[in-house]
Amino acid sequence: MKLVTAVVKPHKWDEVRAALETVGVAGMTVSEVSGSGRQKGHTEVYRGAEYDVTLVPKVRIEVLVDDHDVDDIVRTIVSAARTGRIGDGKVWVVPVDSVVRVRTGERDEDAL
Amino acid sequence: MGAPNPPLPARGTAVSTLPAFTTLVTEIDTGDTAWLLVSSALVLLMAPGLALFYGGMVRSKSVLNMMMMTFGALAVILVLWTLVGYSLAFGDDIGGGVLGNPLQYAGLGQLLSPEADVVGTVPAILFAVFQGLFCVITGALVSGAIADRARFGAWLVFIGAWTLLVYAPVAHWVFDFSAGDHVGGWLANQVGVIDFAGGTAVEICSGASGLALALVLGKRIGFGRDPMRPHNLTLVMLGAGLLWFGWFGFNAGSALGAGHKAAVVFVTTLLAGAAGTLGWLVLERFRDGKATSLGAASGMVAGLVAITPSGGSLTPIGALLMGGVAGVVCAAAVGLKFRFGYDDSLDVVGVHLVGGLIGTLGIGLLGTSAAPTAVDGLFYGGGVTQLGKQAIGAAVVLVYAFVVSGALGYAVERLIGFRLIPEHEVSGIDLAVHGETAYDFHTVTGGRAGGHGILRSLSHPEED
Repeated sequence: MKLVTAVVKPHKWDEVRAALETVGVAGMTVSEVSGSGRQKGHTEVYRGAEYDVTLVPKVRIEVLVDDHDVDDIVRTIVSAARTGRIGDGKVWVVPVDSVVRVRTGERDEDAL
Repeated sequence: MGAPNPPLPARGTAVSTLPAFTTLVTEIDTGDTAWLLVSSALVLLMAPGLALFYGGMVRSKSVLNMMMMTFGALAVILVLWTLVGYSLAFGDDIGGGVLGNPLQYAGLGQLLSPEADVVGTVPAILFAVFQGLFCVITGALVSGAIADRARFGAWLVFIGAWTLLVYAPVAHWVFDFSAGDHVGGWLANQVGVIDFAGGTAVEICSGASGLALALVLGKRIGFGRDPMRPHNLTLVMLGAGLLWFGWFGFNAGSALGAGHKAAVVFVTTLLAGAAGTLGWLVLERFRDGKATSLGAASGMVAGLVAITPSGGSLTPIGALLMGGVAGVVCAAAVGLKFRFGYDDSLDVVGVHLVGGLIGTLGIGLLGTSAAPTAVDGLFYGGGVTQLGKQAIGAAVVLVYAFVVSGALGYAVERLIGFRLIPEHEVSGIDLAVHGETAYDFHTVTGGRAGGHGILRSLSHPEED
């Protein structure tokens, strides 16, 4: 099992969710986050004082997937989230030891 | 307050402007009194308005303290004003026009007679609290200079002393007109300064006091380095709107009557706020690239500050000019703190001191004899005489408020400690000083997730 984590532009997250649904992924965890990368932040001016806002808002999507679905799902996320401009975000995959579904007690692949 | 020419009728004396065949009256006019009652309530509304205006401009960790400085000042000042402040400001002069007799109306119980205790055509006791609310707004304005870093108890001690030693004397000088056998203050009567509703006593006084306190307390940790963005600009705009609404009581109420003078001042107050908004926005658009909501709220206030002393002296076009100039100049002046390195956190200097100077001095330029105060400024052929008087008034109040407020602030710092400890300032003054936080954005778990509910009732402790 793998945990796929994607950090994407806020306005693309809905497309990512819709694309994941078309390949059969129903469950995910979504959070609003902020971070920095190659995309520069922006400046804001209050009463003539300019502030450098370096952290950029992003949406983080986490999906638990079966090993043989990983490539498909990563490809799906990347194509849905891509705009081709700087700041499109990242997708990474880490191994997961075990999973339990709280309601039934099912474990691992059965719990996905 | 009100115009110096003609002076207000004295308490309990005849209204001399009435036709000769009329019997001498000291009667209360119900229309005038109704307007001053409403105006007093409007000025009171400026306190929560200012609390919102200021509260939105600080970071979310200190919004409650920012608002509490206004609410605390409101409570302390009204108590002290009743006990002795009003007498210091509006009692018979004890010599030289510097101070009123502090015991004359101590406690205000001397003002309960419906026949004798009349100022102009309104009850003296109403006049007394109207003036007390001016002191409240002025004191609350000062707090904008020391956001995030002042101990609350020390602030209350400071603002109490400030009421008696800074505001009351200054109000005596510029607002207390001699009439009948009542002797008032020196700037209004001997010098002839025109300050309709408080360009010197309110705006310059609060700005100079704020600057002094900002210097005494020092900069906030991270000033000029960390972003200190306003945390809620919707509060700022709501507060600015309430201030404008209340300002009609402040300015038009200072006519002390529901007549033509109040109407003129109402209009100039309206126009200066509009022009101030535009002035600030235009400067921002060309200097910074965008017209901001904070700029609109600030420009509105800057225009209103400038019209406060001058509302009774200008034509409507003069009010537009006055407001517009204040909007532009104040928008430029708020940057001074970064150049000179003082942390006037919410720009009490840039908006109130500078705007107050523009309005006070501007009377000497734009004043017209056609307006209620009936004095021609330089542009209306009146020469520089009035401009000189205005400059004296502005300079005297600026220096006095700066020096005495600075000394008071220093004394409070040395005696009981004014500045918050750094740890609490960084973690947030709301929690450290008031034991509260303003916002809880967590819908399910509560702001301090992992707590254990109510630990105990402090008001009704359980018996063991």
